[in-house]
Amino acid sequence: MSGARRLLLAGGIALALWGMGYGLWYAVFAEHQALDEIGSSLAAGFAGAASRNSALTDQALLQYQQAKYVYDRQVDVHGHWIGLAMVLIVLGIGLDRVQFSGKIKMFLSVSALLGAFLFPLGVLLQTADHGNAPRAIAVLGSALVIVALAAFALGLARKSAA
Amino acid sequence: MVFGDIFAVFVLHQNAARVGASLSNASHAALAGDGAGVLKHFQDVGGFLENRGTKVDTHVHIVAFGYLALMLALLEPWIALSRKAKKHLTWLFLFGAGLLPVCVFLIHYVGLAYSPVETIGWASIFADLGGFFVVVAVLGYLTGLLKHFRSGERGAVQDHLLADSSVPGRLLLAGGVFLVLLGFFYGSYYAARDLYRHEALDVSILSKISTGAATQNAAAVDRGLAEYGQLQGDKAVKIAAHAHIIEFGLLGMLLAFFQPYVNLGETWKRRWAFVLLLGSVLLPVCVLLELKYGLVAGGLADLGGLLVIVALLAMWIGILRYTGRLDAGGPS
Repeated sequence: MSGARRLLLAGGIALALWGMGYGLWYAVFAEHQALDEIGSSLAAGFAGAASRNSALTDQALLQYQQAKYVYDRQVDVHGHWIGLAMVLIVLGIGLDRVQFSGKIKMFLSVSALLGAFLFPLGVLLQTADHGNAPRAIAVLGSALVIVALAAFALGLARKSAA
Repeated sequence: MVFGDIFAVFVLHQNAARVGASLSNASHAALAGDGAGVLKHFQDVGGFLENRGTKVDTHVHIVAFGYLALMLALLEPWIALSRKAKKHLTWLFLFGAGLLPVCVFLIHYVGLAYSPVETIGWASIFADLGGFFVVVAVLGYLTGLLKHFRSGERGAVQDHLLADSSVPGRLLLAGGVFLVLLGFFYGSYYAARDLYRHEALDVSILSKISTGAATQNAAAVDRGLAEYGQLQGDKAVKIAAHAHIIEFGLLGMLLAFFQPYVNLGETWKRRWAFVLLLGSVLLPVCVLLELKYGLVAGGLADLGGLLVIVALLAMWIGILRYTGRLDAGGPS
């Protein structure tokens, strides 16, 4: 079995495990609290409007915005880590059909694995830091995955043509 | 997939309408200065959203576990564990993969009844346990794979499934990769163009509604509610299109490797591969068009989902015919 295939299969399963472990932790320790905060802050905002208290409304909606921002990203990260891991595993299974040299396959596999880890990580880091660095990590990660997959597709097409 | 299709046809839109109506009631309660009414209607909104969320999660987890099971089946020759250990891991995986979605589905109905914890009900606890079983099983498979890598015979395993290059297999693999790539590109486009705009709009519209209610401006409240409904619809269809096109692409790629096991004529295998890819394109594209063309696009999207299910069912029957032939002592 080639090094690239080993990397994609072992890396893909490890990444899936990482995503599942994260999801399990999130479901047990964070999700219910996050949903409660989103619901209660939104209700408090409208209750503030009912009592004509605009300061309370603004504060509650700000809290809602922050809680929703974090929740959306934390859930997306779980789905994307596992989804990308499954793409890596399937690519590993079918790697023999990709018509590139072992060196290029290894380079593409490293790029795909790195991107699959970095993209959701960048999204997750946005919950702690609203600056440009986490966004740059997410963009870099997604670019690595897309370029690697496009190259794998090209390699598959070359094989088919042959 | 069948669950997802039933959910899309019979629950999704009705549930969205109920959420919208409850939010509207809460806004009008705020307009009337009725704080207790606001809280009551928001409890309804929470209930409807929980109903929707748990059903979406059930659908997503069943499908993802199904894909993972197919992948692990393909990897089986490379898992260096005893037959007994593999069997135990398989049962653990299947038990966990069954337990989690069933319990997630039950969360909305069981609630916090007899729960020992303040915020998490029994259904959630058992769903988490199901997830834990899956994690342990996959960890076992990974250990077996790494053991194989370390052993001296890592190049020795040959699998004719992976060597197959029939026309339906190539069609599914090429189509699958294309769909996954398309989904990635669309996801990037959505993240760059809509994600932050949607997030900003979400709060600004809610703020507009609450300000309208506080200043007793009923027209502003109603305008805000209409905008909010549009926004939620726009967000939902774009995310659903992104997720479905990638998942169907992945399914196509996986099924490409199983084609030697599909005991049907070559022409029919090609036809079913084409039907699966057609449905895989039709569903996400029509989901995207739902906001513009309403129920017509929604119906076509459901048809796309049905095509995928029928094609998958046909391939499954082909695999059953293959195993039936083996059981009858025919050539493999």
